[in-house]
Amino acid sequence: MNLSQYPVLARTESPTVIRPAHFAQPLPLAPRPAGERPAEPLPDPSDWTFELIERYHAVIAATAERFGLDTYPNQLEVISAEQMMDAYSSIGMPVGYRHWSYGKEYLATERRYRRGHMGLAYEIVINSNPCISYLMEENTTAMQALVIAHAAYGHNSFFKNNYLFGMWTDAGSIIDYLVYARDFIAQCEERHGYDTVEQWLDSCHALSNLGVDRYQRPSKKSLARELAERERREAYAQQQVNELWRTLPVRPDKDSTVPQNQRFPKEPEENLLYFIEKNAPLLEPWQREIIRIVRKIAQYFYPQRQTQVMNEGWATFWHYTLLSTMYDEGWLTDGVMIEWLSSHTNVIYQPPAGHRAYSGINPYALGFAMYRDIRRICESPTEEDRRWFPDVAGAPWLRTLHHAMQNFKDESFIGQFLSPKLIRDMRLFAIHDDAEERELLVSAIHNEEGYRQLRQMLSQQYDLGAREPNIQVWNVNLRGDRCLTLRHTQYQGRPLSDDTEEVLRHAARLWGFGVQLESVSGDGEMPVLLHSVPAPPS
Amino acid sequence: MALQIIDRRLAGKNKSVGNRERFVRRYKAQITEAVRRAVAKRDIRHIEQAETITIPRKDIREPQLRHGQGGIRDSVHPGNTDHVRGDRIPRPDGGAGGSGSQASDSGEGEDDFTFTLSKEEFMELFFEDLALPRLLRTHIANTMQYKSRRAGYAHDGTPHNLAVLRTMRGALGRRIALTKASHRELAVLERELEALLERASDCKEVDECVNETGAAAAELQLAIEQLKARIAKVAFLDPLDLRFRNRIRVPAPSSQAVMFCVMDVSGSMDEQRKDLAKRFFILLYLFLTRHYEKIDIVFIRHHTEAAEVGEEEFFHSRESGGTVVSSALALLDQIMHARYPADEWNIYVAQASDGDNYGSDGTNCRNLLVDKILPLVRYFAYVQVAEEEQNLWQEYSELLPMFPHFAMRKVGQPSEIYPVFRDLFKKEGVVV
Repeated sequence: MNLSQYPVLARTESPTVIRPAHFAQPLPLAPRPAGERPAEPLPDPSDWTFELIERYHAVIAATAERFGLDTYPNQLEVISAEQMMDAYSSIGMPVGYRHWSYGKEYLATERRYRRGHMGLAYEIVINSNPCISYLMEENTTAMQALVIAHAAYGHNSFFKNNYLFGMWTDAGSIIDYLVYARDFIAQCEERHGYDTVEQWLDSCHALSNLGVDRYQRPSKKSLARELAERERREAYAQQQVNELWRTLPVRPDKDSTVPQNQRFPKEPEENLLYFIEKNAPLLEPWQREIIRIVRKIAQYFYPQRQTQVMNEGWATFWHYTLLSTMYDEGWLTDGVMIEWLSSHTNVIYQPPAGHRAYSGINPYALGFAMYRDIRRICESPTEEDRRWFPDVAGAPWLRTLHHAMQNFKDESFIGQFLSPKLIRDMRLFAIHDDAEERELLVSAIHNEEGYRQLRQMLSQQYDLGAREPNIQVWNVNLRGDRCLTLRHTQYQGRPLSDDTEEVLRHAARLWGFGVQLESVSGDGEMPVLLHSVPAPPS
Repeated sequence: MALQIIDRRLAGKNKSVGNRERFVRRYKAQITEAVRRAVAKRDIRHIEQAETITIPRKDIREPQLRHGQGGIRDSVHPGNTDHVRGDRIPRPDGGAGGSGSQASDSGEGEDDFTFTLSKEEFMELFFEDLALPRLLRTHIANTMQYKSRRAGYAHDGTPHNLAVLRTMRGALGRRIALTKASHRELAVLERELEALLERASDCKEVDECVNETGAAAAELQLAIEQLKARIAKVAFLDPLDLRFRNRIRVPAPSSQAVMFCVMDVSGSMDEQRKDLAKRFFILLYLFLTRHYEKIDIVFIRHHTEAAEVGEEEFFHSRESGGTVVSSALALLDQIMHARYPADEWNIYVAQASDGDNYGSDGTNCRNLLVDKILPLVRYFAYVQVAEEEQNLWQEYSELLPMFPHFAMRKVGQPSEIYPVFRDLFKKEGVVV
């Protein structure tokens, strides 16, 4: 599923959330009533001014508060298109280390932008406290209002309250850590040469998907602690590695720590980069440190990849709701309304399968539709809704929505809340594609018997565990050639892509010795050796 | 709710420039190749533009471990029109995509990666390793031009450069300084006199009083007159006050150049040979525009007669005839003297011919070059766009030992143009 091809209204990056103490605050039951109607709507010249932005923001903020949107303080930064492209291509972060792949991203972004493929309303939210949203100077007043509602209130409240962000990321230290990473890598470049460092980073990037602890929460450390620990880490790591690779014979009266036939690692390790960082015998300290940096950053972005539908849907739902409310209450002119609506419509457009523009499900469209649907189920449930969502049907919509936003990720959100009505509205259907068969099979459509199946399949489609191949460190030949064996557990008989051998060569570069990959079927039977890559030339 | 709006527009852009540089560095071979291809297609005045570069997607992909084609896939799609459960759909060609409408798993099509190289980057890559040969640089240094520049004020100079304001300011200051004490004294005396006269008007009809004050007043009067005279003696303007605008001569690298493109269009110069010549001229033009702010091009074409023409006509006119090369050189000499004095212009000549010249004209050519042209130009590159050596080649060959800034090469194929050009303009120590 490629999500990146959609018109991007917001790229949401760097979730930096410290779980606030007031997290347990009661969820809002219902929106608070509107204030007085304004004598006349806000002015709507197409050119914005700082004063206008403040006035629009004030009304948006007041409206958002009535709906119980709990956000970090906002910082709006006006930037030019070039700056936006800069920000965009450095994974949205204000700082980052240098690498050619970001240059590639920049060039691609620039080209799309110049050709007009990229919407004008495009903006970035940096999740920090205060939460920084970028407003592009080219935007009209109406678009700035849309961006403020979308990013500064939609995304901002998502960052602050969704459990994954609170659990996995740390606002206090990420920017510092990125600055540290940039400086460290620049130093390495100076000391060891561009090419050496570039190659090393290439290899780390190739494995960055496998540099994530999926089930273990990272500990939160301040930068100072991080730095202080680095030196100790370097010394200790080398010691450990030396111990592991000791070639002197073990004295017979002492218990051998590693019996001849025991596997290493004892348990399969899913975090390949972590494993290499800790156990590769020949690495220089700087090489270990770069692996660690890439691993940390990959880990940091991991929660984002699991909440795209929810996050974009939430922000889209709120810009829609806030601006519509403001219009109803007399704050917005028809002109502003029509302008942001047209943009909104583009963003949530879902081309049907088979359409020229179709490339999978648009996360904005799906997320927006789901939150709208949850509200509908709360406010005017049908008999069907009562059967499917006994807890939700008829409940206060605002509280239900906040609850849904806070406690799920895409996979569970869809598994929990995708309703038969929405399945019908979107006319969802499932395709069963078995490479063994000559034809594709339509395995479910939007009818009574298909609902559960579709919901379950769509949910799984957002399960990163199913989307990405399952590869773990299986064994190391401790006594022989130190070859590292990875084990791929097949998912529904799917093979690995053609890139695999190349990735293994990168892995061999990091490991310093040969690497081989074996594949087992889903039930763990019959390992098959797929690739074997020799040790890199030293 | 707290809000802060910050205007960041002026706070540095191009943060990505380092990443961009790394990208270009990594794909230099491909990019340089594309640059060279692009140059071949352009006309001379539009050459120096940004260029769209395309690199095959497969070369630029970053490998990741992901699922490949095959196995079992269940996927959900929107917009069902007429399918019911159990329908079988033919597998669309090319695996994923089509009416089965599976989004590609990898998220990357096999389109080539295309981006735009800025004008600067373009030229940088194109002229990597090239420089004006060393001999030229010394030559340029020897005939350094000077620019006159203001440099404060001086005590002497020509009346023309008199800085009136500065001068008067100085004079005023001097006058104030020299007369301050006298003015102070004068003020005291005047006040005394006034007081005295007042008292005199008080002591009515008392002779003694009147006489006394009268005498004192006269004395004061005198002192005042003397003081005034002394003040008046301070000159309004003294030679000391004069200030002149000072100008000094600073060496200025000359920043203008003219390039003469001389092309043989006699009957034997067919389209292919003209094309070779054109490409060589383009390279030279591009190269010189890197070094000079302003560059003029003079196109001279000749068969038995020479004429100055525009670019279009230079390359595309079909007129032709016999060959008298010296006619072009004579015209070049004329134009040079009339419009491009050698002390103001850096003059370059690129001559292209197939080397076939009329009878004894080769000697004329050589004489023209030796006597008139070569002493004045920075560099003269002769390119023979044919293989066989004819009389012009022989005549020119004799010039080589005498004039280090004269160069000649043969070019038979378009592919030889660039190497020859690089050879002519290579940086010291660079292996071509």
